[in-house]
Amino acid sequence: MSFEPKIIAFLCNWCSYAGADLAGVSRSKCSPNVMSIRLMCSGGLEPAFVLKAFKEGADGVLVCGCNLGDCHYVDGNYKTLMRMTLLKKLVKQLGIEEERVRLQWVCASCAEDFVQAVNTITNDVKALGPYTQIKIEAEAETSRI
Amino acid sequence: MDDDIKIGVYVCHCGHNIADVIDVEDVAQRARKSGNVSVSRDYVYMCSSKGQNLIKQDIMQLGINRVVVAACSPRLYEQTFQNVLRESGLNPYLLQIANVREQCAWVHEAGLQATEKANRLVHGAIRRVSHHSPVEEQSVPVFPATLVIGGGIAGIQAALEIANSRHVVYLVEREPSIGGHMAQFDKTFPTLDCSACILTPKMNEVSRNPYIRLMTYSEVTDVSGYVGNFAVKVKRKARYIDEDKCVGCGICQEKCPWSTASEFDAGLGMRKAVYTPFPQAIPNIPVIDRERCVYFLKGKCRACEKVCEAQAINFEQEDMYIDLQVGSIIVATGFDVFDPTPIVQYGYGRLPNVFTSLEFERLCSPSGPTGGQLKLVSGRTPESVAIIHCVGSRDKNYNAYCSRVCCMHSLKYSHLFKEKTGGEVYQLYIDMRCAGKAYEEFYERVQGEHVHFIRGKLASIAAGVTDAEEDNLILTCEDTLLGNLINISVDMVVLCVALEPRHDTEQLSHILRLGRSHDGFFLERHPKLDPVATMSEGIFVVGCCQGPKDIPDTVAQASAASARALAMISKGKMEMGAITASVDEVVCSGCKVCNALCPYSAIFFDEISNVSRVNQVLCKGCNVCGAACPSGAISTRNFSTIQILAEIEGVLA
Repeated sequence: MSFEPKIIAFLCNWCSYAGADLAGVSRSKCSPNVMSIRLMCSGGLEPAFVLKAFKEGADGVLVCGCNLGDCHYVDGNYKTLMRMTLLKKLVKQLGIEEERVRLQWVCASCAEDFVQAVNTITNDVKALGPYTQIKIEAEAETSRI
Repeated sequence: MDDDIKIGVYVCHCGHNIADVIDVEDVAQRARKSGNVSVSRDYVYMCSSKGQNLIKQDIMQLGINRVVVAACSPRLYEQTFQNVLRESGLNPYLLQIANVREQCAWVHEAGLQATEKANRLVHGAIRRVSHHSPVEEQSVPVFPATLVIGGGIAGIQAALEIANSRHVVYLVEREPSIGGHMAQFDKTFPTLDCSACILTPKMNEVSRNPYIRLMTYSEVTDVSGYVGNFAVKVKRKARYIDEDKCVGCGICQEKCPWSTASEFDAGLGMRKAVYTPFPQAIPNIPVIDRERCVYFLKGKCRACEKVCEAQAINFEQEDMYIDLQVGSIIVATGFDVFDPTPIVQYGYGRLPNVFTSLEFERLCSPSGPTGGQLKLVSGRTPESVAIIHCVGSRDKNYNAYCSRVCCMHSLKYSHLFKEKTGGEVYQLYIDMRCAGKAYEEFYERVQGEHVHFIRGKLASIAAGVTDAEEDNLILTCEDTLLGNLINISVDMVVLCVALEPRHDTEQLSHILRLGRSHDGFFLERHPKLDPVATMSEGIFVVGCCQGPKDIPDTVAQASAASARALAMISKGKMEMGAITASVDEVVCSGCKVCNALCPYSAIFFDEISNVSRVNQVLCKGCNVCGAACPSGAISTRNFSTIQILAEIEGVLA
């Protein structure tokens, strides 16, 4: 059987979650490997969530927020952008390939962007193979970055 | 896990929508095996009253105290199911929805993988809901006064609607008079009624209405507080005229020896250093322009003081700051017109007789610099005009959006030019967009007036070179219907310039903590279903500050916003979002990292206890602070760290 990765998508409530809903309403088809978790704002994504996902067996993590300038919380997504930049460096140090973590802006009417992001990360993670190197220690999970 | 937790799981078929793709029975069955799940059912339509009753019965009879609904997106029916819990005596936040329709059944092919994903989503919701705890909804009292920022047609309409219901309105206008852009227009499309004739009665109504506190030549400098109780600071700029003494006789303007370009006439006419912007100004009280008055510049003159019989001139006046208390704020700050100077090939500012649309309005207006006579700079009556659409709009180099009103006002200009001169009119358009009541009919009418419509974008404008072409303008443009380049020689060019966000929109967005869309205009709460509210509770946006729009739409939006403000006042209180952050004061280290991050300035530092605290009314629950807190002291209700971590565990288990 071919490798079917498990990928977690963190979506902001206002744009990305609505964009993902729209993909459904438009009956666009995307890979079933990505499971989304709703946050109020991508800026509210605690870095620990991403590490926790890998610890629990995820093979990839997708983070989606509103387009820059369109954040419903004024500038939450700029904070996401800064945090994700740092987080990518951190996951690398933990032995997780950078490609397993992705940030993508998805607006409320950008269903196709969401579908594309889902399919792209699924294909990329499939190519990388399963994530096995669990180096995250218990303290890393609970400590905040 | 807690033994007292009894979870009910309800899987919806949504007719065939979910059930055809996902094995709903399998999902319900597998859920039953999870810890703490007491009951698990599938039903054809969970949202129907029968479906809702299933949940109610289980809550009442089986003592279910947590509910998971696997159905459509929580964005659709979360509130419906929250009500089911509320009606059954459970706190509505003890609910979690697994989105197995939009984000599962509708995006995947039927089969094992889709069912597997649905199972994971439901399992995530089960784990998450175990960590849900009751959240209390809060409400705040509403102070029955409203602030309207901006005295154009939008602000005037909003202020009148509220004042007519006998509630106090503070109308703050930056310029010396209310009226805004509409006061500058000559005629209005598509009816061609005179703009001043329909606007000035409304302006007078504003000045007469005892519930409107009009503050012109004033600016909002600070807003604090929150919905229901905003504290507003207004700067009343010194007029150097005693408003109580001035009788508006105008003698000071007559005798003032110093002139400068009139802003109201778009720089085409002159005004004095002491002036009212236009004859019908409300209030009819002049201001002394500090920047132009020779007494302020050189210390000598005071001619106005000598002629003022009412002794209203007061050079000692100073700017004043006034504090207001209001329950809601309506932002109606309007737009700026695009400055076409950067498009050098159009020659604006370099070639005489190239005007902007606003300048053309003033040239047409009987109260304008030429008394309504269309004249070239040389004084000759133009025999032809080219009206250029989309200058700075629908152009990726400047503004990608459509300014919405230009097609219609260019048709109006065609008609006015024909009426005033009988000359030739060339319209250079990209697309004609005449959507609106009686707009298409007006387009047809102007088409019948022998106007040349050329579909294409103007490339450049050059001055005529031969004697015969003296003060002519030679236009080069592409006719996309004929597929060739053409040259047109005209006397006058009107550039229909884009409507842009006010140059200081950014500043005001910080004062009011408002978001902006990528085109720079203020961001509404929802583009379709809530186009007047904003993400800042109690602050509404109307008119062109929210996006380009015509007068009817502006007026409708202003009335809508005032209805919202009045609804808050008549209810007397405002329900607030329950999803807010709070600080665990025992854990907080007092580092203040969160304080500066909050986009709504909702976090303040308590110097005595040395901890940060969250103002529950200002907080919108984005959890930006929670994600940043190095101590893990901040948690957002219903989106807490432990809840999300549990959901991750459940989904991946």
